Amino acid sequence: MSVITEPKTVIGKAANYVDERLTIGSVLKNFGRKVFPDHWSFMLGEVAMYSFVILIISGTFLTFYFQPSMAEVHYEGSYAPLKGMEMSIAYASSLDISFDIRGGLLMRQVHHWAALLFVAAAGLHMLRVFFTGAFRKPRELNWVVGFLLFLMGMAAGFTGYSLPDDLLSGNGLRIIDGMIKGIPLIGPAVSSGFFGGEFPGTEVVARLYSLHIMIIPALIIALLGIHLLMVVVHKHTHYPGPGRRDDNVVGYPLMPVYVAKAGGFFFLVFGVIAAIAATFTINPIWNYGPYDPSPVSAGTQPDWYIGWLDGALRLAPSNLDLVIAGFVIPMGVMLPIIVSLVFLVLVGAYPFIEAWVTGDRREHHVLDRPRNAPTRTAIGAAGVTFYAVLWAGASTDLIAVNFQMSLNHVLTAMQILLILGPVVAYWVTKRACLSLQRKDREIALHGRETGRVIRLPHGEYIEVHEPVDKYELWKLVDFKDYEPIMPRPNKKGKITVGTKLRSAISKIYFEDRIAPVSKAEYELAHADHGHAAVEEKPKRKPKQLKKNL
Amino acid sequence: MNDKPMRRKPWALGIVIFLGLVLSGSGYAAATSTYQAEFGSPEQIAEGKKLFLANCASCHGTNGEGAIGGPSLIGVGAASVDFQVGTGRMPGQASGPQLYKKPVQFTEEQISAMAAWVASLAPGPAIPAEEYLRADGDATHGGELFRINCAMCHNAVGAGGALTEGKFAPGLEGVTEKHIYEAMVTGPQNMPVFNDANLTPEDKKDIITFLKYVEENDSVGGLELGSIGPVAEGLFTWIFGLGFIIAITVWLGAKAN
Amino acid sequence: MSDLEKYSSGSATSIERPIKDPGLEPHRVRMTDKSEKHARTAEKQVAGLFVISIIGAIIAVWGFFAFPIIDGDLSATRNNALWMGIGMALSMLGIGFGAVHWAKTLMPDNEVAEARHAARSDDDTRAKAIEIVKLADGESGFSRRKLIRRTLYGALAFFPIPAVVIFGDLGPVVGDTLKHTMWRSGTRLTKDPTGIPIKASEVTIGSVFHVIPEGLKDLEEHKLEEKAKAAVLLVRVNPGELKEDPEKAGWSYDGIVAYSKICTHVGCPVALYEQHTHHLLCPCHQSTFDLADHCKVIFGPAARPLPQLPITVDDEGYLVAQSDFLEPVGPSFWDMRK
Repeated sequence: MSVITEPKTVIGKAANYVDERLTIGSVLKNFGRKVFPDHWSFMLGEVAMYSFVILIISGTFLTFYFQPSMAEVHYEGSYAPLKGMEMSIAYASSLDISFDIRGGLLMRQVHHWAALLFVAAAGLHMLRVFFTGAFRKPRELNWVVGFLLFLMGMAAGFTGYSLPDDLLSGNGLRIIDGMIKGIPLIGPAVSSGFFGGEFPGTEVVARLYSLHIMIIPALIIALLGIHLLMVVVHKHTHYPGPGRRDDNVVGYPLMPVYVAKAGGFFFLVFGVIAAIAATFTINPIWNYGPYDPSPVSAGTQPDWYIGWLDGALRLAPSNLDLVIAGFVIPMGVMLPIIVSLVFLVLVGAYPFIEAWVTGDRREHHVLDRPRNAPTRTAIGAAGVTFYAVLWAGASTDLIAVNFQMSLNHVLTAMQILLILGPVVAYWVTKRACLSLQRKDREIALHGRETGRVIRLPHGEYIEVHEPVDKYELWKLVDFKDYEPIMPRPNKKGKITVGTKLRSAISKIYFEDRIAPVSKAEYELAHADHGHAAVEEKPKRKPKQLKKNL
Repeated sequence: MNDKPMRRKPWALGIVIFLGLVLSGSGYAAATSTYQAEFGSPEQIAEGKKLFLANCASCHGTNGEGAIGGPSLIGVGAASVDFQVGTGRMPGQASGPQLYKKPVQFTEEQISAMAAWVASLAPGPAIPAEEYLRADGDATHGGELFRINCAMCHNAVGAGGALTEGKFAPGLEGVTEKHIYEAMVTGPQNMPVFNDANLTPEDKKDIITFLKYVEENDSVGGLELGSIGPVAEGLFTWIFGLGFIIAITVWLGAKAN
Repeated sequence: MSDLEKYSSGSATSIERPIKDPGLEPHRVRMTDKSEKHARTAEKQVAGLFVISIIGAIIAVWGFFAFPIIDGDLSATRNNALWMGIGMALSMLGIGFGAVHWAKTLMPDNEVAEARHAARSDDDTRAKAIEIVKLADGESGFSRRKLIRRTLYGALAFFPIPAVVIFGDLGPVVGDTLKHTMWRSGTRLTKDPTGIPIKASEVTIGSVFHVIPEGLKDLEEHKLEEKAKAAVLLVRVNPGELKEDPEKAGWSYDGIVAYSKICTHVGCPVALYEQHTHHLLCPCHQSTFDLADHCKVIFGPAARPLPQLPITVDDEGYLVAQSDFLEPVGPSFWDMRK
């Protein structure tokens, strides 16, 4: 056994101290040069995570001054049009943060803008994951974790939105109360439990505060930890391209490039939020006044991420109460709740549905270009349209006023769009994807159109096509392709309902498909009928290609 | 000129205005009013009648009794004329669910003359006294009254809002103290009437004080995005906030030269 | 093939590609790699951005002290938030842009590939894992000792129950509070928020009064809870325009009608009254009620008419309630009719 040599430098000694206690050397050895693929769309999740860190920092500042009490006081702060007004301590302390504490207004605005950005970035990140197929095996569970994180983001947002106890958020809570009360059997009891008695009570702000600053952030941190851990275990996906395969990962090493980029990016996100918060008002609670059950302001809307649920409430048809044996089921409330829940369940379960349809058990680490999964992309577009119509439905009144239309016509149009929009979006998107795939095929087989028209010796006019290089070609031809499955009998010789269903859905998915260019097709295109492209530049590119074959 | 596009149902306008002015006028006549219409001088009234015959009688009748396309003006008071003509809503041009604000067509004297003539037909709300138009009342009380009585249509800080079937409550920024007051006492178009028993002249003054405070003080938080609430904030987040950050990510992911 | 290819590919096709994977594209050399001059420029740029960051931090601190809060002066608050915000934004954007520019221009930008392995443990590892589980099972007797196992399941099922029950006092048991409001026979209708009683003669045609019951203003407790149920909208219309059910004919007074202001959809205040159409519009979800026709729902997601408060006048000419509402106000709930 040799004696361990002690380092001499300060840094060396410090590193030695930490390593002898925490094995940091081995951590750095294993992770220091870990490879991360680089693409702008891979940073959306990071935006959400950084926004969350900013939320924690600014939120901590706010907790030092905010008092979650609904006891009544008379306002004596700086804002003249509320002086002497009776209001809850929660509202008064929110006003004090805004007007009487230096940096308070800035932090409130940083917090609120960061919250809106947090959910928006998480949503966009989900869309990126969906449209590139990043949720496929082995990442299905991480999709579910991410989905839960999105829900938690909504919950964090809503509980925070309600804390200042202003007129706008109070009416938001009143709507929540109305929805809860509408749930059969348990509604009124749950409402009583939530508000500590009748609405609005004196408890709800303190309870929402506990949820907002303890349970929900704790859950978000836990889920975020799992989310990131899974990213490390799976290694990040990469976009298709030359050299990128399911059994490797191509990108830049964590240290130093990624650390500098990702670390710098945190400051960039914070900087952008600070710049917005310095210059744009958000949630001017002083305009709304303290909560009072009698008044309401025109344009009463929730923050954007709850908008789609509010829109669902608005778009429900009139006079839908069901009365069964004297018991009332308010379908005007229950229908939107049920529709929203079904939508959410479908979003959360999508990876499992697609895996069941394709039967593909392989691990997928190379992403799909959206066009190369036309049906998935079309389903996504339909879902986005459905969500967008509900979302827009929450601003029917503003749309009517700003575009000088009838409120009633706008609402009716939204109801029709909610049904028709997704169907049209599905069809258009699927056709667009198939067309793009066809174009890719053309380019792979015959090269790019150059726009140069030449006359051949025998008088024929042709446009010159320039073959793409091997890297481009690989990108165009290397994608996963599926066929519809036939319903096959099981061991007992029966075709089960599940099998039939699966085969039917598989037909919807893959009946219309554009297959990737095969070797035979490619050789045919280049060998015999002497296409212009091949004739025009016969010396260089095709030779290069042949070398690769 | 009216710069807003045409709206549907031209006939609806006539009915709406007719009903509006008849009801608000006759309703007001029945109420006890703190202001009795002050009649102008006989010359002014005569001048007003002349202007009326030339510009208004085709819809409102030669004696203001109302006709096809225009309601009776008997008992609507000087305040109503001053508001409708003084904000350019009258003479009406576009047909639609609601009259729009337009550039004013008459001079102050001409408006006063017409108001004096209409006021001479029957008692009605008069043009408010100067003392209630100074925005030096109690803004806190005004704010509370505004939220209870007005904010549901006009928005918490008077940014405006939607009503049914294409009607809307206009934004209140830039509206003069006098016109705000007159709108409250006369209830133009579909706006309800707020007589002096409901909101006393002092109450109205407080409301005006509140509105002027909000109008004159810029938001402490910075630019306001129209004061229309979370929808504008959400759109801003998606388009500019996320848009700007995506621009940064694209720069970040692009290879340097 | 690699271990990733062992799994079933389902209905995937296997079409042979025209060419083999050509591998990573060749690395493009940057200006900063080629010339030391460019590298030096980039270095200066990065340093400049970091200096901007320092200046930003100084601006933020200056903003804090330069604009103290002055009571009643909103511009002080505005400037405080503005300059601290701009300073902080600069200080962070400086670091961010600097670090990324550094990474992009001066750190190597060669893409590298790293191998991946399937998530599945190899067979050997699995066998060992199973062995451990079996060993643990054997040592503990978990499978063998049924009594222990089953009682454990039972205990695990029962132990969370107190954790649920303990929340039983979050709110009181719902009695019939949802079905009653403060309105009683003879309660005067008063103006919100002043509490001044209203005479019938004051309610002119086209007027709308926002009403609370007499005494609500002075309640010591549960003021907002009572207001949340008892808020009423009072309107006078031309009696000829009211369509009244014979059984409710006595509920209005000379064209004056009072309706609950709480939307039967989810409870927002239905406060938008159009004096000529007699429509009441809820600003939250656009439910529209026809006030002239017992507030029936004519548009939007609500399903029940707004409950009508029967009113009359007392000896002094003030408007009073004849009774409480005869049905629950606000959003529908399952046992509201019981």
